[in-house]
Amino acid sequence: MRKFYTLLSREVRSYFYSPIAYMVLVFFLVVSGVDFYFQVSFMNQRPVSYSVQEAFFNSVFFWFAFVLVFPLITMRLFAEEFKLGTIEPLMTAPVRDWQVVLAKFFGALVFYLILWIPTVLYFWIFQQVTKQPAATSWGAYFGSYLMLLLLGMFYVSIGCFASVLTKNQIIAAVISFCAITLLFFLGLMQFILLNVSAATRDLLGYFSALEHMGTFSRGVIDTRPIVLYVSMTIVMLALTHQAFQSRKWRL
Amino acid sequence: MIKVENLTKRYAGQTAIRDLNFEVGQGEIMGFLGPNGAGKTTTMRILAGFMPATSGRASIAGFDVFEQSLQARAHLGYMPENVPLYSDMRVTEYLDYRAALKDVPHRRVVERVGDVKELCGLKDVENKLIGALSKGYRQRVGLADALLHEPDLLILDEPTIGLDPNQIRQVRELIKNLGKQHTILLSTHILPEVEMTCSRVIIIHKGRIEACDTPENLLGQIRQAGGVVVEAKTGTDNGAEEIKKIAGVRDVTTDVNGDWKIFSLRVESGLDVREEIFRLAAARRWTLRELSLRRATLEDVFVEITHSDQV
Repeated sequence: MRKFYTLLSREVRSYFYSPIAYMVLVFFLVVSGVDFYFQVSFMNQRPVSYSVQEAFFNSVFFWFAFVLVFPLITMRLFAEEFKLGTIEPLMTAPVRDWQVVLAKFFGALVFYLILWIPTVLYFWIFQQVTKQPAATSWGAYFGSYLMLLLLGMFYVSIGCFASVLTKNQIIAAVISFCAITLLFFLGLMQFILLNVSAATRDLLGYFSALEHMGTFSRGVIDTRPIVLYVSMTIVMLALTHQAFQSRKWRL
Repeated sequence: MIKVENLTKRYAGQTAIRDLNFEVGQGEIMGFLGPNGAGKTTTMRILAGFMPATSGRASIAGFDVFEQSLQARAHLGYMPENVPLYSDMRVTEYLDYRAALKDVPHRRVVERVGDVKELCGLKDVENKLIGALSKGYRQRVGLADALLHEPDLLILDEPTIGLDPNQIRQVRELIKNLGKQHTILLSTHILPEVEMTCSRVIIIHKGRIEACDTPENLLGQIRQAGGVVVEAKTGTDNGAEEIKKIAGVRDVTTDVNGDWKIFSLRVESGLDVREEIFRLAAARRWTLRELSLRRATLEDVFVEITHSDQV
């Protein structure tokens, strides 16, 4: 456990050693700030049937930043170590492969969660200023942040896998960006394909991150997406572990 | 300490090492020599548990490097070639991190990190970023890291590569001192270093062990590579013709330096022909200004063993 904690703390700290972390943080703050501002000013003009919090988590701005941020967070995880050769001292220390894989995964996940901390402030400030609740209920907050965690786990694990495949960070970023964007658009298919049966439409809906976020941000905790994302994360991490071990028999 | 049996490693289509067999005993300093691409780094990586062999076995302190990799790794300090380090960490921070990874007990971390910094001369740079260190200091950080958990065995891949002569001398001293408590396997290109520090030498070429012995014995086998150097003004004589007639001289090469000629003689094993040369020079009235015996060095051994295919 001590080794895992040591590895994890290095992973998290290493984000803050590099300028990339601050770039991502600033980028994220700007986009989410703009998102929040637009939602509030839109609501100022006409009455709407949803809350600020719902609007915030379901806007175009939100998804734009969301999809972009994962390749940036995860591209360096393994690729950088391969490139610099630091994987050699790391793996000749008495640590297990899965400890390294999990430490990298959770390191990226922790950084991703740190990105979201400022958004909590938005809602708090909104309530202080307007004396109105930003969400319909506490469950809506819980649901949206739970969904953020679930989607984050899955997309970070995809990024981990992309990064373990190559020693080039750019290639890792492109792979994970493509994979995440494709998955995301899979959820939009049901709006694009018109000549499909209701069953197909439902099936595609099960994979739709948009739909999941919609449900959860209303405060409806559906177990199906939870099972989907947790199990897919485990699958991706298992693949990452396998690919990481492959250095032992490849070439 | 190290036991290697029939170790073979094949990469896509080519064999890096072939059927290696050797043992390194407790307290030995073993030198690992070979031209670039001979398989030194591959062997060391296998021993360090970084990659498995295709076939054969290797064990460290009785632990198989593949089956019981974690225990084997706990017994060794490995310094990879070119010492890859996290350039965004500070020296002390990095060593603390490595100490935790290597199971140094909590209460001993500060003490151990302090000790290795002292030993490797890192006190002056302990708060610097590793990325800002010179090559020599990075090398020392790598060595400090290898020593952190007081391993029984040190595997050092080219510990002196890229250092300046002063630093090489320091590292050599350090290794010699470490040899008193640790078993060491080190690879290098610098042959005088091996002669000075190592108790035994393995010469590996094209993935095979070509020689494995003490430096003295290796030199003994190769005495004929030694020779005599003569520098003389021979006047109208050719010089080389006359010298060749002396019994035991195998061949003579001549370099001309103004009026002076420098003859390099290869002689039969164990023979010293300097007396004959002197008499010859006296008889032919040559002016002699150098007459010396050139001792065989490990370099000769190395060249003789490994030059076969390099024209």
